[in-house]
Amino acid sequence: MAESERPQRDVTEGADVVPIGTSGRPGRGTGKARPSASARNLAPSPRKPAPKSASKAAPKAAPKSARPTPVRPVPSAPGAEPPASPATETAAAPRAASTTEETHPLAGIPVGDWLHAFQHAAVELFGDQWERRLAELMAFLRRRLAGDYTVDEYGFDAEVTERFLMAAMRPIAQKWFRVEVRGIDNIPTTGGALVVSNHSGTVPVDGLMTMTAIHDATGRFLRPLGADLVFKLPVVSSLARRSGATLACTEDAERMLSGGELVGVWPEGFKGIGKPFGERYKLQRFGRGGFVSAALRTGVPIVPLSVVGAEEIYPLVGNIPSLARLLGVPYIPITPFFPLLGPLGMVPLPSKWLLEFGEPIRTDEYDAVEAEDPMLVFDVTDQVRETIQQTLYTLLRERDGVFG
Amino acid sequence: MGRVVLVTGISRDIGRRFARAAAHDPSIDRVIGVDVVPPRGDIGDVSFVRADIRTPVIAKVLAKEDIDTVVHMSVIATPGSAGGRNTMKELNVMGTMQLLAACQKAPRVERLVVKSTTTVYGASSRDPAMFTEEMGPKRLPGSGYAKDVYEVEGYVRGFARRRPDVAVTMIRAANVIGPHVTSPITSYFRLPVIPRVLGFDPRLQFLHEDDLLDVLTHAVVAGTPGTFNVAGDGMLMLSQAVRRLGKPSVAMPGVAVGRLGSVLRQARVADFSPEQLTFLTYGRGVDTTRMRTELGFEPRFTTASAFADFGVSLGVPIHVADEPALAGRSGGAHDG
Repeated sequence: MAESERPQRDVTEGADVVPIGTSGRPGRGTGKARPSASARNLAPSPRKPAPKSASKAAPKAAPKSARPTPVRPVPSAPGAEPPASPATETAAAPRAASTTEETHPLAGIPVGDWLHAFQHAAVELFGDQWERRLAELMAFLRRRLAGDYTVDEYGFDAEVTERFLMAAMRPIAQKWFRVEVRGIDNIPTTGGALVVSNHSGTVPVDGLMTMTAIHDATGRFLRPLGADLVFKLPVVSSLARRSGATLACTEDAERMLSGGELVGVWPEGFKGIGKPFGERYKLQRFGRGGFVSAALRTGVPIVPLSVVGAEEIYPLVGNIPSLARLLGVPYIPITPFFPLLGPLGMVPLPSKWLLEFGEPIRTDEYDAVEAEDPMLVFDVTDQVRETIQQTLYTLLRERDGVFG
Repeated sequence: MGRVVLVTGISRDIGRRFARAAAHDPSIDRVIGVDVVPPRGDIGDVSFVRADIRTPVIAKVLAKEDIDTVVHMSVIATPGSAGGRNTMKELNVMGTMQLLAACQKAPRVERLVVKSTTTVYGASSRDPAMFTEEMGPKRLPGSGYAKDVYEVEGYVRGFARRRPDVAVTMIRAANVIGPHVTSPITSYFRLPVIPRVLGFDPRLQFLHEDDLLDVLTHAVVAGTPGTFNVAGDGMLMLSQAVRRLGKPSVAMPGVAVGRLGSVLRQARVADFSPEQLTFLTYGRGVDTTRMRTELGFEPRFTTASAFADFGVSLGVPIHVADEPALAGRSGGAHDG
């Protein structure tokens, strides 16, 4: 490391000074006049070009002490043009002195190379039309920073959902879970509809995957109805609103449906995602059927959705009810890998997913007043529940293996 | 023969400006302003009567001046100007009770317009996205302005039952914003660095001050009975609003924001009210369908343009490009 400094110090330190150590000569101060062979090999000699590694490492050790010496021919004013690469410099110069300027990592690369590298990276990132795409991205960022965008009355930010959430979820859906969508035609292209799905997977990943799958297949945004807890939690609540969710209450469900939105609901709620692994693919109670009365009152079709694969991403084998109560959450999951492996245990298992949208159940032939008939509401709820359960069994028989 | 209008709370800026605007309306003959202290600015054609609405004197004013329309706008949001929470509560609740008692005994009174606020809905995580007029708060307000307004509205409803011949219009105005407004929300946005609640991004709706004056005048002239939410179209997220102002913001836990708010209030830097903390955490949205269909009022400013106008007064020109798109975004704007 410090060998390259020693020749410089020779000039300043006089020979008359009582030597302590090696008087600046290479070697370990063994008392012998002649340094050892290995020390001589390490020392830079004027005949041989210095080893590249030594001259590269020098600025790291002593970035301030190194100054351009008058001995070294200075090619031009610093900064006017990038100096030649260190290897040729040392070969030409009488002494293998290295300076900060010439070994600085940025100094060695000409401006043109930088430009080329940027251009290349831009083409890699954005494709051939990179100039336009880059301009679009900059305009987008400027708009975001200036707050110049609109959200709807639920706080839904379509732009950011499409650009970030969907873009982040798409590779997970396609590459990790290999989501296969069936019966996408059952989702109406326009107008309100209520997608009712089973809920599983300890963490509501199935909701995100359903949103992505529906958006990629139809271009429509699924507006999820979320539990109370979602809107109580910091960060989660603002992310949920931004990505189009709203509170699962009658008022919001009916408002969204009559506004012509595609609304997603998971009536099992926490009972569904928090059920133990042994009870996988067994539908839990479907709430109080509030989603059915909302659909009946607004006359929108109910599209049953069966999701197979989400149960296996985090096999829930245990729960800490006391800690969950303390934290005010429905459950604290224990999976075979979490919390055993820490953050690594949070990586979901790559199960193969199947999403099957069933035949829409029409509600427009009922009167809005019939939404008040509890027997009808229970009947329709059971019909939806049975459809999803039977489809789940069919899909389970069809799939070849959990990770197939 | 036009209307004779009594306006309470004329000493405050918004009351004085409403009284002046109402005096210019051709269908209004005379405007009488009432307050404990005289108004500070120019009141134009408005005649001022110094009377305390917490005392029965107000009944005499009603009888003597042949009042047929009463506009009650002296429900105040912060104790700052009144001098303490007790005085504020007395002004708000006792003042309203005395005024309503006087109105009940005044046979000539035909219309009552009460300026209420959407604060009455509260703000919580269990709120529906948009409050309609029939909905109430998820949790009854325990203290402060929200409780006062809730009680005032209760008394007004009681009055409407006892005097069915009087057309009672209750205007629930969203947060009023504009260059001349001094309120908890405007002083919040006037802070050099804006504190935000960590992890929450509330939805905000604003009503421009001019629209508030217009809607009150409209209510006086039209006399449509009922309760109406009044707000500009569209929504702004708090993060968006802060970015539009180009101000730095700092996110801190809710408790810290509340603590900071009370420090600012004590230092008289900003009029930070306690119910503002829940508002800045969960936000609120109100449905304004009835404002259009029944009341027949159309605000001139959207939420975004009202905020832009406020921003101009702070020296920040805010560009609102997507005005028509925003106005049309009341529901179902993006189906595939």
